[in-house]
Amino acid sequence: MSALDVSFNEVGMPAERPLLEIRDLAITFKTSGGEVQAVRNSHLTIMPGETVAIVGESGSGKSTTALAAIGLLPGNGWISGGQILLDGEDISHASEKRMIELRGNTIGMVPQDPMSNLNPVWKIGYQVKETLRANGRPSAPEDIAKVLAEAGLPDAHRRAKQYPHEFSGGMRQRALIAIGLSCQPRLLIADEPTSALDVTVQRQILDHLEGMTSELGTAVLLITHDLGLAAERADKVVVMYRGQVVEAGPSLELLENPQHPYTQRLVASAPSLASRRIQVAKDLGLKSDELLAPTEALVEPSMTENVLQIQDLTKVFKLRSGLGRSTDFTAVDNVSFSVKRGTTTAIVGESGSGKSTVAQMVLNLLPPTSGKIIFDGVDTSTLNSKQIFAFRRRVQPIFQDPYGSLDPMYNIYRTIEEPLRTHKVGNKVSREKKVRELLDQVALPQSTMQRYPNELSGGQRQRVAIARALALDPEVIICDEAVSALDVLVQAQVLNLLADLQSNLGLTYLFITHDLAVVRQIADHVCVMEKGKLVETGSTDEVFDSPQQDYTKALLNAIPGAKLMLPPEVA
Amino acid sequence: MIQYILRRLLQVIPVFLGTTLLVYFMVFALPGDPVRALFGERPPSEAVIVAIRQQYNLDQPFFVQYGLFLKNIFTLNLGVDFTGQPISASLARVFPVTAMLAVEALAIQAVFGIAFGLVAGLRKGKLFDSTVLLASLVVIAVPVFVFGFVLQLVVGVQLGWAKPTVGSDAEWSTLVLPATSLALGSFAYVLRLTRASVIENMNADYVRTATAKGLSRPRVVVTHILRNSLIPVVTYLGASLGGLMGGAIVTEGIFNVPGVGQKLYQSILRSEGPTIVAIVSVLVLVFVIANLLVDLLYAWLDPRIRYEK
Repeated sequence: MSALDVSFNEVGMPAERPLLEIRDLAITFKTSGGEVQAVRNSHLTIMPGETVAIVGESGSGKSTTALAAIGLLPGNGWISGGQILLDGEDISHASEKRMIELRGNTIGMVPQDPMSNLNPVWKIGYQVKETLRANGRPSAPEDIAKVLAEAGLPDAHRRAKQYPHEFSGGMRQRALIAIGLSCQPRLLIADEPTSALDVTVQRQILDHLEGMTSELGTAVLLITHDLGLAAERADKVVVMYRGQVVEAGPSLELLENPQHPYTQRLVASAPSLASRRIQVAKDLGLKSDELLAPTEALVEPSMTENVLQIQDLTKVFKLRSGLGRSTDFTAVDNVSFSVKRGTTTAIVGESGSGKSTVAQMVLNLLPPTSGKIIFDGVDTSTLNSKQIFAFRRRVQPIFQDPYGSLDPMYNIYRTIEEPLRTHKVGNKVSREKKVRELLDQVALPQSTMQRYPNELSGGQRQRVAIARALALDPEVIICDEAVSALDVLVQAQVLNLLADLQSNLGLTYLFITHDLAVVRQIADHVCVMEKGKLVETGSTDEVFDSPQQDYTKALLNAIPGAKLMLPPEVA
Repeated sequence: MIQYILRRLLQVIPVFLGTTLLVYFMVFALPGDPVRALFGERPPSEAVIVAIRQQYNLDQPFFVQYGLFLKNIFTLNLGVDFTGQPISASLARVFPVTAMLAVEALAIQAVFGIAFGLVAGLRKGKLFDSTVLLASLVVIAVPVFVFGFVLQLVVGVQLGWAKPTVGSDAEWSTLVLPATSLALGSFAYVLRLTRASVIENMNADYVRTATAKGLSRPRVVVTHILRNSLIPVVTYLGASLGGLMGGAIVTEGIFNVPGVGQKLYQSILRSEGPTIVAIVSVLVLVFVIANLLVDLLYAWLDPRIRYEK
């Protein structure tokens, strides 16, 4: 009898008992401003073999929760309440020795940024080997190659002898997945495993990860800011907001019927789920703006002039290959397109496709090898320095990184006023008035003027960058990945702002991005670039509805959540 | 790689010519007459002076003297100094002593600097860290000769743990005190550099990943924190070797070490051009080669740095 009981328990219990259960978790950080509770009342349950996604914006506590589960909170943070039950064992205050036992072979991790998570001074093979060895597994070269090959690295024997810097981002992420799964853990924590990668690579890697974990029966805790990706990949979604779990449930249920206001906003603004051009949607609602918003839907294309014409643009870089020799690298290859006044044209492509090089040449920051850039009827390469100065006034950039593109030593007033001063516009009084107007336009309070960039959030900084770009009343704004660094909600706000400014000021945008979901929301025309060549152009609807090129199709397919069907009122 | 090393070695030629020319010129321009200085209070006859001048080519114009010096160098015949001894012999006597002193000092500063720096970095903000930081500041602020005399007096004379002066029997054991005093200044820099580097690497993403892989703490510290932190430290250590060789003048004086520093000092007092230039030339070579070794070591420590083939 008793033997039967035991066997019943052994067979029955694992199916019943959750692999990971987080109860009332609270995590506190000690900061210079006192103690801050980063996570409170968090609940989470993962059954064996199940994939659960935590979704939330940066600072929502999603990564902190996951790090607590593997005992890797930063030094100034600690678990101040609640329990983390791993297969029934409370590990929230487990000894370091116990955690070292668990890490690797019971709980594995795939970290976020493949560029910084591999030690640059050790060969990939060694970094796999030490993982195997630390967890008491065979670590002969064949074992290492096997682990790497399973993660989808071709030619694993040779690859194992290479250093991380000889790998592309996607390959590094595969190596990290190999390391995370090498000891066949029961739980894998995947912290934004693909957010640093191009969409097509992202898809391959997530597919592969899914295949591997389902084969091994590994449960996955997926951390992401992308609701579309979460819904597509996970069985259950947990939404975190300001340190708390606000909603949890099966993925599709949660998407179709979000209860919490934050989840509703998240669903509504998820770029991969929303599918209509913001401006078109707005114009339909705001009839009074019709005349000011010459988008395609309202104005015949032939009626507008080309403000920017790119003809056969080519850029060749010389790559040094030692002792005075050099090889040519064609970054941009014979690219031609034109941008109509008052419209938005997006250049889409993966990293290395040459899209940013085009932007730099249009901004006259980089001389083209051949070809012409005609702005308002004038070839920009013929401009003298004085004319370039005037040209810069009419064409302004907004760059990707709002942290890096604002001078930390300048307060916001000085940042926005600087272009006015440089171009000797007005006097001190009129300039201050202009700055106030600009802050109003980008919906920032005027009190922002006295603050410094480090006191602002990413979205606020990007608004400052937009205000700075608008200061000289430019005609064309080049946005180089202008919203890529922002959280989805903030991204949606900034895209809305850009759309509003376009209809009010008649601006022309050239939008450089790798994110097709963003393109769909903002652009009238799309140019798809691959390896320096323009492979497809057309109106946004044409490109999205009937892509002609395989590459474009691959890009479109790779948008997370693209295939999810949503009820129309949500989209 | 071999091409890179060859090219770097070729660079030694212009550096060598430039430094020797400069030093030769400065010695040439020194005030006073070296020949008269040799005889002190009793001036010799004009005929003797002229003879000595001719013997040492001191009557020739500057560039001729320099040319003769170069010819001697390349024929490996450094000539004789004013006391009639071959310069190459005295160099062969003093250089090994100073090289021993410098290497011992280098080892002391590397071992203790890296060890203390690592522990201080890992315990950032704790008592050990603050104490070590403060102490290193004191070490940097106090001049080398003060440490030299204090070590000599306390450890050498009062405690009697080591010989206070070296004299003619320069060995690893007798050089402990001068090497320690020579190492102290750079030791503080090595410590601080290691500490800063450890603190930076400690919070690197790959260190967290290494911990997440299930590695024990000592393994994480040694393979992931320490190795990466050594990269800037090694550069500094290599560059300091040249400084240790040249900077030994004061220390060698205090501890009576028969090395390069003492020889150089005596030669400068006697305006012995050929000896000074010969010593400086060797120091330049040591410096250049030490830097080359550092660059090669650097590439070994950091595989991202690969020199053009």
